[in-house]
Amino acid sequence: MIVQSLDIGLAALVLTLAGWTILARATFPAVVSYVAYGLLLSLIWVRLFAVDVALTEAAIGGGVTGVLLIGAASRLRKTAASGTERELAALWRWAIAALCTLATLALGAVVLLLPDPSPTLAPRAMANIAATGLGNPVTAVLIAYRAFDTMLEKCVLVLAVVGVWSLAPDRYWGGAPGVPRALTPDATLTFFAQLLPPLGILIGIRIFWIGADEPGGAFQGGAILAAMWMIIMMARLADAPAIDQRWLRIALGAGPIVFVGVGILGFAAAGGFLNYPAGFAKPVIIFVEIFMTLSIAATLPMLVAGPPIRAPRP
Amino acid sequence: MSVVFSLFSIAAICAGVVFFIAGTLGLLRFPDPLSRLHALTKADNVGLGLVVLGLLPFANGILGALKLVVVWVLVQLAGATVGQLIAQAMRRCGPTE
Repeated sequence: MIVQSLDIGLAALVLTLAGWTILARATFPAVVSYVAYGLLLSLIWVRLFAVDVALTEAAIGGGVTGVLLIGAASRLRKTAASGTERELAALWRWAIAALCTLATLALGAVVLLLPDPSPTLAPRAMANIAATGLGNPVTAVLIAYRAFDTMLEKCVLVLAVVGVWSLAPDRYWGGAPGVPRALTPDATLTFFAQLLPPLGILIGIRIFWIGADEPGGAFQGGAILAAMWMIIMMARLADAPAIDQRWLRIALGAGPIVFVGVGILGFAAAGGFLNYPAGFAKPVIIFVEIFMTLSIAATLPMLVAGPPIRAPRP
Repeated sequence: MSVVFSLFSIAAICAGVVFFIAGTLGLLRFPDPLSRLHALTKADNVGLGLVVLGLLPFANGILGALKLVVVWVLVQLAGATVGQLIAQAMRRCGPTE
């Protein structure tokens, strides 16, 4: 009873925050409430016993997206202050609101109209999990059953970095993004950025490693590693790497390239694209995940750092 | 023995909740941003510390208890840093109302 009312309260809080995020007039309060919304949403995922999703929501929905949106909000502040921002016509705003409401109602109807018990693939996923050698069914779904989707997701992340970099003016191509290293960095942030990363890197690698059998995995672990690099760059203790550095490009591409490579080897070893050889699936999966973690840890900070803003060193 | 642990847990967690409520009241009622920040950081440090203390007897072994304490230390570290940064930003630009 008490637990139920707490759940209802949590759901009401998330809905209120969602409404507040939409109705907030200024960009910055909207972003802050969106981050709070993401963190509370991850609590709901915990209550639904989906800890893997909760970890991802907290790391990506609350953390990385929050940093990206705060960066966007502070860039937009200049245009808002100069009065060049143009408000959408009322008709357009109402049309957008009506479309969004329709989509929400349709989704709600679909969920409510599901037969009870709802159709599920969970028993079949559990029945075949022994073949993957994994203990965590979520990781098995991501890396084995629907490996193709996961591979494409990794490619999309790299494409996003390419998209951000392509915003660079020609004279800065090959230069470094982000604010340069400070001569006298802020004392508070320096303390934080020197104390946290050793522990954070340990936790990130551990969350990646236990992902085979417990909640966690390449994405969550990689996001924590990425956060450590972001903190060091935000404290201005280190420059972001120039985008023409070979090691950076190898790190960005390693995950998708290794994934595709393993997929092609699957033709020879197990008779099909992305097929894993029987009895040898787990080592192959871990091998792919190591490079995916590396790529995610490199991709997310480069997305946050933005396009290069300095000319390359001659 | 388990009754003693349960009573200890209930007492510590209730005390922690009192600190969170006090912190929320301070956030809503205090007049200026710096006092509001002060109220919030107290709730984080002491409130969460008491809640963690209350959960320790029911932790999953020594390692589980250690993880709970690490969570508390990390929240303190993050809270203190963010509090300092917000206060610095306010001193630089003044409160933006």
